[in-house]
Amino acid sequence: MSNANQQAVAKYKNNFLKEVEANVEEGHWVKMCMQCGVCAGSCPLGPHWEHSPQKIFMMIRAGKREEVLGSDSMWMCTSCYNCIVRCPRKLPITHIMHGLANYSHRLGLAPKGQPTREIAKLFWDNLVKTGRVNELKFSLAMYFKDGFGQGVKNAMAMQGIGLGLMKAGRLNPMEIFGGHVCKDKSGVQKMIAKAREIEDRRKSLA
Amino acid sequence: MTASIATNQTILVVGGGISGMTAALEAAECGKQVLLVEKTPTLGGRTAQLYRYFPKMCHPTCGMEINLKRIKGNPNVRVMTMTQVVAVAGSRGDYSVTLKVAPRYVNENCTACGKCGEAVKSEIPDAYNYGLGKVKAAYLPHTMAYPQRYVIDASIVGTPEGEAAKAACPVNAVDLGMQEEAVEIKVGAVVWATGWRPFDANKIQPYGYDRFANVITSVEFERLADPHGPTGGKLLRPSDGKEAKNVAFIQCAGSRDENYLRHCSRICCMASLKQTQYVREAWGDEGKSTVYYIDIRAIDRFEDFYANVWKDPTVSFVKSKVARIAENEANGNPVLHGVNTEGYHRYATEHDLVVLAVGMEPEVTGVKLPADIVMDSSNFIEGSKDGGMFGAGAASSPLDVNRAVQSATAASLKAIQVIHKNASTEAA
Ligand SMILES: Cc1cc2nc3c(=O)[nH]c(=O)nc-3n(C[C@H](O)[C@H](O)[C@H](O)COP(=O)(O)OP(=O)(O)OC[C@H]3O[C@@H](n4cnc5c(N)ncnc54)[C@H](O)[C@@H]3O)c2cc1C
Ligand code: SF4
Ligand code: SF4
Ligand code: SF4
Ligand code: SF4
Repeated sequence: MSNANQQAVAKYKNNFLKEVEANVEEGHWVKMCMQCGVCAGSCPLGPHWEHSPQKIFMMIRAGKREEVLGSDSMWMCTSCYNCIVRCPRKLPITHIMHGLANYSHRLGLAPKGQPTREIAKLFWDNLVKTGRVNELKFSLAMYFKDGFGQGVKNAMAMQGIGLGLMKAGRLNPMEIFGGHVCKDKSGVQKMIAKAREIEDRRKSLA
Repeated sequence: MTASIATNQTILVVGGGISGMTAALEAAECGKQVLLVEKTPTLGGRTAQLYRYFPKMCHPTCGMEINLKRIKGNPNVRVMTMTQVVAVAGSRGDYSVTLKVAPRYVNENCTACGKCGEAVKSEIPDAYNYGLGKVKAAYLPHTMAYPQRYVIDASIVGTPEGEAAKAACPVNAVDLGMQEEAVEIKVGAVVWATGWRPFDANKIQPYGYDRFANVITSVEFERLADPHGPTGGKLLRPSDGKEAKNVAFIQCAGSRDENYLRHCSRICCMASLKQTQYVREAWGDEGKSTVYYIDIRAIDRFEDFYANVWKDPTVSFVKSKVARIAENEANGNPVLHGVNTEGYHRYATEHDLVVLAVGMEPEVTGVKLPADIVMDSSNFIEGSKDGGMFGAGAASSPLDVNRAVQSATAASLKAIQVIHKNASTEAA
């Protein structure tokens, strides 16, 4: 168990709802859910994931901490916003799902190897280096995340799209030599570090 | 014109539904002068458009009959139909009200013989049946209409059809020269009994009311079940006239929803429970009703009604707000998609017909009311700041008939108090 996780368990004891309200983005909305089922029935991913948002919210209220935070359900959300548009209580469901994913990741409870999580991590690492996303490095990192052989296969398969992006000026092969950066790279990095520090303090994640 | 039909001793009741009639009668039977104005051509309001009443399952005609008898027998009540309130000035005890009276093109001579209707060919949507059928452009709103007087629709005035109606009338009751009139009156207190309207189901896009013929509203279902309705009381579905034996009811259609009406409309659970019994009445054990609900709201004595419906083997309940409706194009059946909260199971279920239990929206939503009127967040009327105007019945809250009548009686009593105060200050 990670240190932050142990602290959270100790602090909130069996009140997982309180923990979610305090530490998860938009988590204070969870108690407003009236279990109508519209989000579950509206989600295009519905048949494919284990727990619908409706069920996740009920599980939170029922104190099923491990099942929720260890679940890969919230990582499946594609941010289509269908649920938010239809929810009769106007819960910001999409944001709660992402908030839960982020929280479980920070506690080290998120499922290992979950593809959305892996991509999110690559994206983040890529972004914080220079303050700008380097599309080429990001794509390559994604292709090669499962080893060299698989990476070459992936790159070949995506060749057409890559060429299309290059033609449209969205992908520059010269980016491999460093690429474009923010004017004040270290300033951006400091800002992100500070934001992280504040968030960690607030959510006892340090 | 300023009419001497009212003084500051008069109570104005706006809206001639069951609540307005009750408020007017209670005051009149206490000896007060009452002016009852109704915007449609007849008294009765929306209850006259129901097939049966819960909880006793009686027909609305009997309640109407009693009230109309009381009105006819009481000289203190004056009824004006096709009349709306345009403006209210002044304050508690001393209001000046502007009324607008639309032309009926038929005068008091009318005996409701129906000859004008026979002479006219053009038809207009039948408001009594929520537009599900048509009526002649010279018509009696419905069999219980009060006054029992025909209406000539403005669309045929100035046409040969209008002249034909006039020529057909044996008692010279058709008057095509009638004009809209403005009437100024003085009153001491006002009771707003303007009632409700069904929430516009087109706004609930995932349910496709505007796209699927076999998705209808609860008020339309009342008309289907009624022998005076467009199908003569047979439960036939709109797309192909097929017998609707497998009927789904979707609760909270537009209610309890921040996107539509915020409030619980309070009567629609009972209305659907009642309507499952229309299905049973029509098809016996062959009928099948499925109620999709979030919670069933059947308060105090209605609990027994709910318990009995629950025991009915032709009725089943699914705890789920339906997410969306699609259509099976091969047979026209609506297909309901959602997740059952009891077990979180996904379903895609076909029915012959879907009834949306639409919410009650105050009829005054979007209507300009006197500035002094206080409304809640759903536009239900709470009263006026000066204490001289009162909300009654479904205008004040989503109420069933029994509670609407209680509320109207209470409003009437408050109005009487205003008039009493007027009388005592004038005597002093
Ligand atoms: C599907 C359905 C089924 C129902 N079934 C039952 C049942 O079985 N039993 C039961 O107890 N209740 C039932 N109800 C509830 C019932 O319809 C209401 O309680 C009842 O209609 C309230 O009466 P009211 O007089 O307050 O309003 P209304 O019936 O709406 O009457 C208001 C009147 O005011 C008039 N008006 C409106 N605005 C103005 C204006 N500006 N100027 C002049 N006049 C105006 C209208 O034309 C109307 O005549 C049902 C409701 C629904 C939706
Ligand atoms: S749609 Fe909203 S209220 Fe309904 S179950 Fe989902 S989150 Fe809860
Ligand atoms: S936003 Fe996410 S949770 Fe909501 S419906 Fe879309 S995929 Fe499902
Ligand atoms: S207007 Fe004349 S013809 Fe028409 S119903 Fe009345 S009395 Fe009969
Ligand atoms: S009465 Fe029933 S159907 Fe109507 S809004 Fe309330 S809970 Fe929903």
